[in-house]
Amino acid sequence: MRFVLDAEQRLFGETLGKLLTEAAVPGVVRDWATGRRERGLALWRSLADAGVFAVAVPESAGGAGPLPVELVTAFHELGRHGAPGPYAEAVAAAVLLDRLGDEAIAGRWLPAIAEGTALVTLALPPAVPYALDADAAGLALLVDGGRLCAAVPGGVRASLDPARRLFPVTPGEVLAEGPRVAAAAAEAYDMGVLACAAQLVGTGRRLLEVSVDYARTRRQFGRPIGEFQAVKHHLADALVGLEYARPLVHGAALAYGTPDFARDVSAAKAAAAEAAYAAAKIALQVHGAIGYTDEYDPSLLIRRARALYTAWGSPSDHRARVVASLAG
Amino acid sequence: MDLDLSSVEPFRAEVRAWLREHVPAAPLPSLEIEEGFAAHRAWERELHEARLSVVSWPEEYGGRNATPLEWLVFEEEYYAAGGPGRVSQNGINLLAPTLFQHGTPEQLARVLPSMASGEVIWAQAWSEPGAGSDLASLRATATRTDGGWLLNGQKTWSSRAAFADWGFGPFRSDPEAERHRGLTYLMFPLDAEGITRRPIGRIDGKPAFAELFFDDVFVPDRDVIGEPGSGWKVAMSTTGNERGLTLRSPGRFLAAADRLVELWREHGDPADTAMRDRVADAWIKARAYRLKGFETISRTEDVGAESSVNKIFWSELDVALHETALDLLGPDGELAGEWLEGYVFSLAGPIYAGTNEIQRNVIAERVLGLPKAGSR
Repeated sequence: MRFVLDAEQRLFGETLGKLLTEAAVPGVVRDWATGRRERGLALWRSLADAGVFAVAVPESAGGAGPLPVELVTAFHELGRHGAPGPYAEAVAAAVLLDRLGDEAIAGRWLPAIAEGTALVTLALPPAVPYALDADAAGLALLVDGGRLCAAVPGGVRASLDPARRLFPVTPGEVLAEGPRVAAAAAEAYDMGVLACAAQLVGTGRRLLEVSVDYARTRRQFGRPIGEFQAVKHHLADALVGLEYARPLVHGAALAYGTPDFARDVSAAKAAAAEAAYAAAKIALQVHGAIGYTDEYDPSLLIRRARALYTAWGSPSDHRARVVASLAG
Repeated sequence: MDLDLSSVEPFRAEVRAWLREHVPAAPLPSLEIEEGFAAHRAWERELHEARLSVVSWPEEYGGRNATPLEWLVFEEEYYAAGGPGRVSQNGINLLAPTLFQHGTPEQLARVLPSMASGEVIWAQAWSEPGAGSDLASLRATATRTDGGWLLNGQKTWSSRAAFADWGFGPFRSDPEAERHRGLTYLMFPLDAEGITRRPIGRIDGKPAFAELFFDDVFVPDRDVIGEPGSGWKVAMSTTGNERGLTLRSPGRFLAAADRLVELWREHGDPADTAMRDRVADAWIKARAYRLKGFETISRTEDVGAESSVNKIFWSELDVALHETALDLLGPDGELAGEWLEGYVFSLAGPIYAGTNEIQRNVIAERVLGLPKAGSR
């Protein structure tokens, strides 16, 4: 039993972190929000080259997966930097297409997801009713009851998070039907939930770090505001929440392929959402007015944390799932 | 990264089988009253005879050399089986680790076996009327005398001291020194000449702690732990244990959370989603604490001040979990019983071992690196 990332897994995260730092993501987000996608798509491809999607695609289909611990490591970094685009949606779509058992569909799209040559997104109503970035996607999917359809996007809906371009979708061409669709969609949902939970922990971590940095340097009443206990206690609370969300995310990743996976990803998502959102509110409060501005980069993460809080199922949805699994 | 527990399954099975045979069917009386204290002491002896009272200790002192993982598994099984509260916990969790680090071989050989068997129950004597969270302001003195020390002054909030046999704590041995300098860590029998103990009823009236008055109490040199004058360092090695995993093992919360889920099934209104969420949260947090424990024992670096993160988490979880149970019981929530006993016990958690406000300061300054007040 060794319940910490091994050296290779840490290196994977560090490599992605370096790549994302060099990409100067906040600027990429601002571009993405206004429909200028060049830099965001380039980042998507270079992250794919580094293996972000391959970990969710089985080796037989051109990937390196399933590697759920590597997946949460990657999404932690995506969350830290706030990368724009349907990352969680793409790994969920990869699981869906793999589990469907339709070789033509899998053969066409899984390598494209692994290699990052296509932006792939999906909607899984009711928890995931909108398809993120459906207008830019090479493949947008909609699970409509027992049918898997191509998603036909309507007009974009504005989100609190400017990088989240949400599209209501209606069913187009039917790609598959029958009980296998529901089964594959359930597995896809769980993987999306896990990815989102990991992203939230990363976002919360980064918000805590920038808030600590700010509290050490910002001076009021002749001293750094980080000297004040009220500020210290806020930041300590943010750390406590995040410290206990991380092991739940890792534990859920290791439950992949067991009957506990659905329960454990829900536990992880509920805790990660609460921890990240609490960190976001504390970040806003510690920063004061500057945190409430559009132009201040960490405010992008504050908005992301709130948006992801209810994305891929609200904390209450996930708590209900945990209790239901225990009542069995 | 893995969570492969297969190597400890044989140990788990052995512990589980023994506990199934031996854990008393009816709960023992509260360990905070005289009758319950005696019953819990007898239970410690039974555990000891199976070499299960201190599994992580070396065999020569009554343990099994259990690995940290085996210890976590033991704790899971112990509380899942409904094992009684550990009346000897202050000794085995707070004093023993200090002795392993600072004690002499003679002290280890003399103190540990009777601690393991429950023959000697230990009470922590740290706080004073003027020194609570601010331990460094303590004023009880140890004065040099022939062959030892004379203790004078007062300790208070000493858990288990109403019925315990021995106590341990820091005393000011250099009257000129201030704060954390000039302290000496000593152990002493609570029935020693010159000690007056006055039990204090905790919030439910049970004498869970006591105040101790020292009037020229002689303590021989052999009962000094570590070097005279180094009491602060010795004490801090205890607080690391107290705030870390050992004082409150994950097993206790896992078992309580499972019982809460059970209570929800029996008493919960399925339409009450707010209550359902609280039950779920308690279960999720207990699980998080378990996984964090596995993470902690997997790490090679010293956890240090991060133990303060643990202390806040488990103490707040304990209160929330028991509050949820009382709320589920509705009008029966105020009635004496196991949930109420657990609730009253939990209320002290955010206060002792350094209040949670102190822990937040420690986290802010020593984990996050925020400046101390007035440091400019």
